[in-house]
Amino acid sequence: MTTRSPAAEQAAMVRAGEWSAVDVLEQHLAAIEAGDEAIHAFNLVTADEARAQARAVDRKVADGGDPGLLAGVPVALKDNLCTRGVPTTCSSRILEGWKPPYDATVVTRLAEAGALLVGKTNMDEFAMGSSTETSAFGPTRNPHDTGRVPGGSSGGSAAAVAAGFAPLALGSDTGGSIRQPAALCGVVGMKPTYGTVSRYGLVAFASSLDQIGPFATSVADAALLFDVIGGHDPLDSTSLNRPTPRVLSVIDDGVDGLTVGVLTEFLDGAAPDVADRVHQAAEALAAAGARVEEVSVPEVTLGLSAYYLIAPGEASSNLARYDGVRYGLRVDAEDTVAMNTATRSAGFGDEVKRRIMLGTYVLSAGYVDAYYNQALRVRTKIIDGFAAAYRHCDVLLGPTAPTTAFALGAKTGDPLTMYLSDVCTIPSNLAGHPAISIPFGAGDDGLPVGVQLLGPALSEGTVLKVAAALEAAAPLLAPPAPAPGPAEGVAT
Amino acid sequence: MKPGWEMVVGLEVHCELKTDTKLFCGCPNMFGDEPNTNVCPVCLGLPGSLPVLNQKAVEMAMAIGTALNCEIRPSTFHRKNYFYPDQAKDYQISQYDEPINANGHLDLPDGSRVGIERAHMEEDTGKTTHAGTSGRIHGADYSLVDYNRSGVPLVEIVSAPDMRSSAQARAYATELRAVLVASGASDGKMEEGSMRVDANVSVRRSAGDPFGTRCEIKNLNSVRSLGRSIDYEADRQIALLESGEAVVQQTRHWDEDAGRTVALRSKEEAYDYRYFLEPDLVPLVPDAEWVEAVAATLGMMPATRRARLIDLLIDGGGASEAQVDQVATVVDLGLDDLVVAAVAAGVGSGLALARTANEAATDADAARRLDSGSYVALLTMEGAGTLTATQAKALLVDLLADGGGDPVAMAKARGFEAMSEDSLASTVAEVVVTHPDEWERYCEGGEKGDKLAGFFTGLVMKATRGRANGKAVAVELERLRGS
Repeated sequence: MTTRSPAAEQAAMVRAGEWSAVDVLEQHLAAIEAGDEAIHAFNLVTADEARAQARAVDRKVADGGDPGLLAGVPVALKDNLCTRGVPTTCSSRILEGWKPPYDATVVTRLAEAGALLVGKTNMDEFAMGSSTETSAFGPTRNPHDTGRVPGGSSGGSAAAVAAGFAPLALGSDTGGSIRQPAALCGVVGMKPTYGTVSRYGLVAFASSLDQIGPFATSVADAALLFDVIGGHDPLDSTSLNRPTPRVLSVIDDGVDGLTVGVLTEFLDGAAPDVADRVHQAAEALAAAGARVEEVSVPEVTLGLSAYYLIAPGEASSNLARYDGVRYGLRVDAEDTVAMNTATRSAGFGDEVKRRIMLGTYVLSAGYVDAYYNQALRVRTKIIDGFAAAYRHCDVLLGPTAPTTAFALGAKTGDPLTMYLSDVCTIPSNLAGHPAISIPFGAGDDGLPVGVQLLGPALSEGTVLKVAAALEAAAPLLAPPAPAPGPAEGVAT
Repeated sequence: MKPGWEMVVGLEVHCELKTDTKLFCGCPNMFGDEPNTNVCPVCLGLPGSLPVLNQKAVEMAMAIGTALNCEIRPSTFHRKNYFYPDQAKDYQISQYDEPINANGHLDLPDGSRVGIERAHMEEDTGKTTHAGTSGRIHGADYSLVDYNRSGVPLVEIVSAPDMRSSAQARAYATELRAVLVASGASDGKMEEGSMRVDANVSVRRSAGDPFGTRCEIKNLNSVRSLGRSIDYEADRQIALLESGEAVVQQTRHWDEDAGRTVALRSKEEAYDYRYFLEPDLVPLVPDAEWVEAVAATLGMMPATRRARLIDLLIDGGGASEAQVDQVATVVDLGLDDLVVAAVAAGVGSGLALARTANEAATDADAARRLDSGSYVALLTMEGAGTLTATQAKALLVDLLADGGGDPVAMAKARGFEAMSEDSLASTVAEVVVTHPDEWERYCEGGEKGDKLAGFFTGLVMKATRGRANGKAVAVELERLRGS
């Protein structure tokens, strides 16, 4: 066994009593210990809590009980998922020291499935960014090249999985924050259909767009993690109240008879080496038995503009509660309003402030119709555009990000250039549709390229099925340089 | 109100729903407990928490809408954004452009009708206490916030600008309160803040003119202050206009002690609430079956209760103006079922109404608890002449104190036995004989003479210690005079 074993295999071995959860955990903790100083995937490693969970799993196995689908599998959590009694910072000074009194629903489900929660991963502050550089606690580095960004905002989770610190991680995706870092770090990352995974306990950025999803090293592991965290939650009113079909069982069904549309608008802005990989992926799917055709959804080009009105609008409201009154940072001043101002001035970073100001503006009386409401109308047009494409396509194919991982600091001075990193991922959030990024070879610089599959609402089964076919056909990608530390597992 | 002017009044009434739990979480709806004990991640607005709509609160809101003759509509929730320490999320979840109830009306006892523009749901805030001399947020040494009230369900009922006097506004508030209580949705206690009233007031020269610029008055803690503040505000605006100044649209605070309104903030200083659709909730679309089920559970509204008594009076020969007032009193106190029960048992409607409005009403709490069977039995005895009015009133005091009883046994125990016709006749004859001058004048008749009937009745009552039936005495006196 190595730390690169797929999660499903680890769980199977632990459930069978072949491996001990404690040993699996210690191996990953050692890898984190050895490698995370260079990567900074984690804001906090919860070794003691994870050890207690591992011992409980081993006890359950010894007692003949069912330790759960993810028994003994280390999972990293983005630091915007609430964990009871464990600091949850959103990589922001304003939440430093805050310990939620409750667990997010996904955290509860992971614990019930026997997962070992190894730590809280770094992110762009309040998930606002595409490089994990807006974190108040310093950037995360790409395990494939530590001079490059891991993408964002869930850069810590993507890097943790890419570096082998944990086989699985959770992120949140508001405009591409799972898929884009998955692409840049060479791992699988999926944004599920809005409403399939409970948002209860996910610190909100833009509530109508936010969705929690899995990172994994394989499509099968991503499907397994989605099966564990998905399903109706009465604590989230936007959670779909319907039976959630398990997807893991269908991913090997093949692509015979499916129609894949190559989305031309997504290719227009992509770097040539990335576009080449997308065409190569299309050929691979055709070879596997799918019908492949070019398809145009012109409305998706409006996505970025609409997103940067809707997401900041909601964020300006969601982030109002960080006022210094109840929790987190408080900077005292002579009266309440001055205290609010001083706290928020000191506690938020530049990108968060930029979006709060933008969002406040677009919701203001006299402007709301021209900006926010207009963006909502565009959102409807994008949904209509996708619907037209899905009348003859089962899934759409395109790049996840326009380029491979860029250098640290390359885009921090120019927010608009940074925003363009998400041009291919944003439309799925606006539509509420599922989309997945799968590693598909390398770019000219040798860094991972991710290709993206998009499907209509609740088509996770189909999307994952096509993803599995792509994964099987993907050109080999050199793994990141292994972190120093034990490379071999310990059998029990 | 100064002649030559007309006031225009609309009221916004916030009422707390008496659900067991809060609007968006499972915390007890119990304001007044130890501060910050009925709280959870949702009503504290902790990061990551999400609201889930309380079904019972929706049903109470629909009950209010039904009682106010509103259309029950598909509705949505918005966020109303503003910073304030007692606002846990720094936004309030409120219905905005798509309220659950719209286009209703409320009929007042005087026959006028006030339109209801909307009655929508929203959440209450926490409660801030400012320590220090000012008692307000500015200049406070420190402030304490109790979030027990945060997330308590409210319905805001917005009337049309249909009222034209402070008396009508008072009548509206009183009637609305009765409707809220009757719908089972609220206890309607204005003094305790479970019903809060804001008044929009403007004035104009005549009914044909467009509405004048309005001011909104806040801090009205009783129906009385509502009336006083409206009169003050209308006079203030008239004085401004007559001196050539303009009314400035603003929010004004009613100072009960000083008896005047003072400016809080003007339209220019008004908050920009940046309303937008609450993305954490889904549209609320009650189906017809649900709306009907809620309507079916609704009790009788005060207007229907009043009409029911008036109908009984009309059947009994007509309703005087005084009786209409008695009907209002009886319904307001929740005693109308006693009247209906008595009339159903054959008691005259006038007697049943009078005893209920005049005697039972003096201890309404006890009267509402009273066993209606014993009340009906008592009135039946009085109606039949078995008991005199004086005796019946005395027994009613005992019935109210005991919560019921057997009036026959009670009458016997007190020695309230009915007088036979013979002994009544002999007592009357005795009284007549011992007062020959008065009898002579009575026999002469005329306005002065007839008045002496009361004199003789009084003597008979005194002689019988109240056991005589007043009507029977009158009949006997008339018979003797005619013979």
